[in-house]
Amino acid sequence: MSMVMKKISLYIIALLLLIFTGYPFLYMISTAFKSQNDFFEKPFSLFSSFNLENFASVMEMGLSRYFFNSILVTIVAVLVVMFIGALASYPLSRMNFRLNRVVFLLFISGMMLPIHATLIPIFKLTENIGLYDTLWALLGPYIAFSLPISIFILTQFMREIPKALEEAAKMDGCTHFGIFWRVILPMLTPALMTVLIYNFIHLFNEFIFALVLISSPESMTLPLGLQDFRGEFSVNVPGLMAALTLASLPILVVYLFSQEKVVKGLGGGAVKE
Amino acid sequence: MDTHINVTRSHAKKRVISKGNSTFKNNLTIFLFIAPAFIVYAVYVLYPIYSTFNYSFYKWDGMSEKTFIGLQNYVQLFNDSIFLSALTNNTWVVLVSIFVQIPLGLIMALMLFAPIRGIRLMNSVYFFPFLMSTVAIGLLWVLMYDPINGVINQLVTLLGFENVSWLSESNTAMIAVLLVVVWQFSPFYMILFKAAIVGVPEELYEAAEMDGANTLTKFIRITFPMLIPTIVSSSILAIVGSLKAFDIFYIMTGGGPNHSTEIMGTYMFKQAFVNFNMGYASAIAFLMFFIALIVTIIIQLMDYYRKKKGEFS
Repeated sequence: MSMVMKKISLYIIALLLLIFTGYPFLYMISTAFKSQNDFFEKPFSLFSSFNLENFASVMEMGLSRYFFNSILVTIVAVLVVMFIGALASYPLSRMNFRLNRVVFLLFISGMMLPIHATLIPIFKLTENIGLYDTLWALLGPYIAFSLPISIFILTQFMREIPKALEEAAKMDGCTHFGIFWRVILPMLTPALMTVLIYNFIHLFNEFIFALVLISSPESMTLPLGLQDFRGEFSVNVPGLMAALTLASLPILVVYLFSQEKVVKGLGGGAVKE
Repeated sequence: MDTHINVTRSHAKKRVISKGNSTFKNNLTIFLFIAPAFIVYAVYVLYPIYSTFNYSFYKWDGMSEKTFIGLQNYVQLFNDSIFLSALTNNTWVVLVSIFVQIPLGLIMALMLFAPIRGIRLMNSVYFFPFLMSTVAIGLLWVLMYDPINGVINQLVTLLGFENVSWLSESNTAMIAVLLVVVWQFSPFYMILFKAAIVGVPEELYEAAEMDGANTLTKFIRITFPMLIPTIVSSSILAIVGSLKAFDIFYIMTGGGPNHSTEIMGTYMFKQAFVNFNMGYASAIAFLMFFIALIVTIIIQLMDYYRKKKGEFS
């Protein structure tokens, strides 16, 4: 008897948590498919109608532009971070020099840093170099703020690579860069994947730098564009829901295809096997 | 690690070069490896922190000449009731993160090991909120909290209660936003705990079962003690994350109504980019940095002493 009771209560907890975490998504997606009328008349119905108009109209209103901008700036920033982050991590994890500890601490303490502490100077700098209100204004801050976690993950991983491999390459007359490029980098793939996923998701969703550095719709990224949509869709809730659904789709799809990698990536350095 | 720098010297193929020269070459190599990352980091992180500190001693609208006013911004800050309530609200975010998000994350992780069906479904769905952008989450919940058409109020009406304007009443707004913060971040702690629970050796449970321990005893005596390091690191992440909070508050309430959900981040943003009090905003920003720094130092020291104690016991 008590065994059955225990099972039942476990199922109840599991179900309540499923509703809590999952219902907002169901609500968002099902509302996105509703017409205005349906939305007012049947607020709780799930998938009562299958109306694609909302999706078409938000794409027309510039969502595709925001998508393009977000993906472009995110990919460029992540690729640069992977490369220069790996470069910097090499001496920091595998060489002994006087300032090693200081430089390493300077980099990784950036993980604790509130972005606000740099906001005004970055705003002024961006204005001064003439990048204000362009997509490229975001590149510098995005790269800089992704470096701490990336260097943290990469140095942790590089420390585990056996010294012997490097020594052998050195015997063959490899330069440090040769060793980095041909020996270390190929072994770094799992750590680079983590860096890629973590930074991609964080930068794709980044909001505050975009808010401060961009004002015209042509240069807006997705989060900023969504925030802009809000005014235009104040009466058209299904329309806004369609925009939110489309905006959340790419990352949800990536997640469904490679769950374990994404979970590990988002755990950053915190989840170790 | 110590020996291999000098190994470069002993290359069979290279001619013998003086020690000074080789150290220089080595330092140059190290410099070239680190420089690209360091330059970007210095321009966009290190120098701006110094600039913020510098600006905080001026009265400045961001355009015209700055006027040096010494510590006046800081004096004003500690007499500014809005700032003080922002500080209190930030503290609430920290407390809710530690005492609601982390326990909920733990419960979610434990459910993934429960002897029931549907684990795979739970595993996917529980994690969803953490993947969505904060802006999208904020907008979604604003619509769900809507006083008339929002699904939450429709449920409230269905149950026969009065509608509540969750986000536009001072006494409910903060709780409403904090619920969303919990919704968004609990899955993150779930994955940390999940990884830790997987790491608990199976033999411990087997031994306990031999002694006739029930589920609760096993949790209290085995699982929980093994999870303490994860709880500690989760709390650190929660504190640091809470100090950075901005997006969700900016989107959902903008700090209102009547500053009841104002946090340091939203207040700093308003002072800087709405009121153009750049000097005053810099003082807020620097204080945010300073608090984060103090928290970091305390955590490092605690970690240091914990390790030191561990060595001797």
